Amino acid sequence: MPDLLLELFSEEIPARMQAKAADDLRRLVTDKLVAEGLVYEGAKAFATPRRLALTVHGIPARQPDLKTERRGPKVGGADAAVQGFLKATGLKSLDEAKIQRDPKGDFYIALIEKAGRDAIDVLAEILPVIIRTFPWPKSMRWGARSGKPGSLSWVRPLHSIIATFGPETEEPDVVKFSVDGIETGQTTYGHRFMAPAAINVRRFEDYEAKLKAAKVILDPQARKDIIFADAKELTFARGFELVEDQVLLDEVSGLVEWPVVMLGSFEAEYLAIPDEVIRATIRNNQKCFVVKDPKTGKLTNKFVLTANIEATDGGKTIVAGNERVIRPRLSDAKFFYETDLKTKLEDRLPKFEQIVFHEKLGTQADRIKRIERLAAEIARLIGADVAKATRAAHLAKADLLTEVVGEFPEVQGLMGKYYALAQGEDASVAAACEEHYKPQGPGDRVPTDPVSVAVALADKIDTLVGFWAIDEKPTGSKDPYALRRAALGVIRLIAENALRLSLMKVAASALAGLSVNPTDAQKLPSDLLAFFADRLKVQLREQGARHDLVDAVFALGGQDDLLMIVRRVEALGKFLESDDGKNLLAGIKRASNILGIEEKKDKRTFDGAPEAALYSLAEEKALARAIGEVKAEASAAVAKEDFAAAMSAMAKLRPPVDAFFDKVRVNDDDAKVRENRLKLLNEIRSATRAVADFSRIQD
Amino acid sequence: MDASLPAHMRPERSFQGFILALQRFWAEQGCVILQPYDMEMGAGTFHPATTLRALGPKPWNAAYVQPSRRPKDGRYGENPNRMQHYYQFQVIMKPSPPNLQELYLKSLAAIGIDSAVHDIRFVEDDWESPTLGAWGLGWECWCDGMEVSQFTYFQQVAGFECAPVAGELTYGLERLAMYVQGVDRVYDLNFNGREGDAKVTYGDVFLQAEREYSKHNFEVADTAMLFEQFKMAEAACRKYLDAGWQKNSESGKRKAHLMALPAYDQCIKASHVFNLLDARGVISVTERQSYILRVRELAKACGEAWIHTEAGGAA
Repeated sequence: MPDLLLELFSEEIPARMQAKAADDLRRLVTDKLVAEGLVYEGAKAFATPRRLALTVHGIPARQPDLKTERRGPKVGGADAAVQGFLKATGLKSLDEAKIQRDPKGDFYIALIEKAGRDAIDVLAEILPVIIRTFPWPKSMRWGARSGKPGSLSWVRPLHSIIATFGPETEEPDVVKFSVDGIETGQTTYGHRFMAPAAINVRRFEDYEAKLKAAKVILDPQARKDIIFADAKELTFARGFELVEDQVLLDEVSGLVEWPVVMLGSFEAEYLAIPDEVIRATIRNNQKCFVVKDPKTGKLTNKFVLTANIEATDGGKTIVAGNERVIRPRLSDAKFFYETDLKTKLEDRLPKFEQIVFHEKLGTQADRIKRIERLAAEIARLIGADVAKATRAAHLAKADLLTEVVGEFPEVQGLMGKYYALAQGEDASVAAACEEHYKPQGPGDRVPTDPVSVAVALADKIDTLVGFWAIDEKPTGSKDPYALRRAALGVIRLIAENALRLSLMKVAASALAGLSVNPTDAQKLPSDLLAFFADRLKVQLREQGARHDLVDAVFALGGQDDLLMIVRRVEALGKFLESDDGKNLLAGIKRASNILGIEEKKDKRTFDGAPEAALYSLAEEKALARAIGEVKAEASAAVAKEDFAAAMSAMAKLRPPVDAFFDKVRVNDDDAKVRENRLKLLNEIRSATRAVADFSRIQD
Repeated sequence: MDASLPAHMRPERSFQGFILALQRFWAEQGCVILQPYDMEMGAGTFHPATTLRALGPKPWNAAYVQPSRRPKDGRYGENPNRMQHYYQFQVIMKPSPPNLQELYLKSLAAIGIDSAVHDIRFVEDDWESPTLGAWGLGWECWCDGMEVSQFTYFQQVAGFECAPVAGELTYGLERLAMYVQGVDRVYDLNFNGREGDAKVTYGDVFLQAEREYSKHNFEVADTAMLFEQFKMAEAACRKYLDAGWQKNSESGKRKAHLMALPAYDQCIKASHVFNLLDARGVISVTERQSYILRVRELAKACGEAWIHTEAGGAA
């Protein structure tokens, strides 16, 4: 079966867009093929800085013929209906129609046969539409045609299109179409500098091979492999070790068609700059990898660059040029670093009075004061050193005003730690300057030093309460202040450090520190708590745990101790995995269902203790006794925060509940007995509420 | 590179020879070679030959050197490559020709950058000028890891869609010349290509000015006067724009504009005055945004006026 080769050759495509563009191209073309009844065998897409390419193999040469039946009017129906039917179906007369009988009578049926079209014609129709509507994140117009409306938009100017179609053994056909004046053909171009001549290609196999001969590696993964292997080898051969960087590797492989890896160096004096700053300088500005000494684990004065050319002088000029660029950059970084060291962190703070954090939430200085107060309070609650936590909160944001962080925002916090250590701060205080930003996401490390934990919680809770107070909550996909991340951070800080903290109290205290007066200050802490519950559910779902259990626990009300909630959810999850748990859940649900129906019928609830005198059956009495015991036992276990024991106590309910439903008819003819039994069922529900609201649990 | 050039005119020996080589190259591509605009501005893009001429349907190919004033970038002549005054070489071609990248690479060859030994790359850079209400897509052009030019396809200028699109190239002349001459300090650039007593360096020409203007920009510039000048330029721009509209006598509708260029001069002026105030540190973060918006409003109004002029392409 024939194959398609498509290449869109353009000016340089931004590295960050290439992978998605290749994927989009494959998806859009193959989806459309399938929709057109052309089921293909396989497809693969590629991107280089100057081209998107797609190969789809095993496409049927023709679409299958389509046969459809269309029902017309009743035999003997109105003439207008018959004429309309003939017109719509293209039949010349009713003689060409079939007659079909069904219970409503005899109807005319037209058989319409639509012949499949040649795949190449279908391609010529779908490809230009895909190109014209391609989902680039940003696209542009260019050239003389951009003077007229409706000109093509592409990521950068598009120069040529290859579209060939044909079976392996034959000369393929060009899929003929044109987009904005660009006619499809069989011509592409090699490496911009090393092999710029036109190349004639037939199909994917010779296309890829000819490109390789013309110094273009089509497959991004192959380019990555080359860069990675060469960089490792080059550094290893000199006794060093490459600092691996996947993100940078992805980007660099999108900047070259023919990667040539070389090693450069800089003056050793710059190694006095913190490693992270050297790395940020070399990586962000120069897109080069840094190199470490495996013996010390510290950076060496080498870097790995990836050129796009085999230079005629062996790369000497390129290495020298890159070294010349890196030198002043490091010189700047060193100057920034040394300048920063001359000013104490606290001396930077007054400037925060001029910097607005948020229009409605005051200046950064206001915010720092709030975090200090809150950090001290939390420190007291979690047993951290209050003085250190206060000091850390006082200094933690100061590095935002340093030169190095101004230049490289990604080292915020880290520089705070370095500068704090340099001015002789306590190690915990310095660590907190860095760690109070953590955890940044689900994969980030959670700090364990109590001082860091106190400041990290204060920072995040102040943010959450602040934005809640001014009603800037996340909505849908919009979360400009990263409040979901902050809430998840709080959850992880508390759960992973096993902290006991009443969130409602801390939130109320954070709220009291704000200068804004939210309209529903009363509701705010519980609103926020519901937000935490949602985040907890999301987190549990991501971990594969049952998020409905969170609802079951929160539904008990008054739950604001995250650690206890998490523990309860864990114990509940384990319990429900056991047979006792499953059966008890079924029993409780049954009790709830019956109660629900009867409550509706009688328009009343069945609260209140059942009367022992009205028990007539052994199973009733056994259940009543079990409920009493379990209630006491579970409550005692919960009071000791031993949720596993509470669950084990619950398990004891299972046999009497099962026996009850087996032997006892709830809706007894005697109204009093019925009422009493319903009350007993209600007791099951209330007894189990010692651990969770089982009615919220999904089956 | 032209092999017949005398040594002191060769672009790798002489800063002025370097500029002349670029001018000559672009002249050969059909560009009109303009002289710098006679006003202070932050970048060559502000020159009306780019900002205004990028608008409207008429073809336009031009190249010129533009002294660029960035008051905040002054370093009292002590930094090896940061200055408050430097040269940009600006090329604008409308509509952008299909081979603009090739032309650019040939221009590098003309100033002594051989693409067989250098690593030349087009790295994504989306250009946006909030003050001009302009944006475009393109690249920063790298030579051996150094950004040497900006390459932009203008999509919008002064808030108006560019139709057709113009291609714009901006060369950082000092930086490129330093690379070609192999010097690490801008003031060591050989300006006139001569040696010995006859040699004039970039420092001989500009070092004094860098020291003086740094002091002026950061310490002394009269802020009260500048605030006043900003207001005056803004008011004058509005006034000239109003006065320039020729209206249909019956409907009162705007027909054509007769004074877009003088109005735009005031916009350039306002922008530079704002840059000076910014360097003096007297504009707060929140005010900063509002000043930028005020300049943008002027630029937009000037752009609208320009497309209603004869040269701007009004019917």
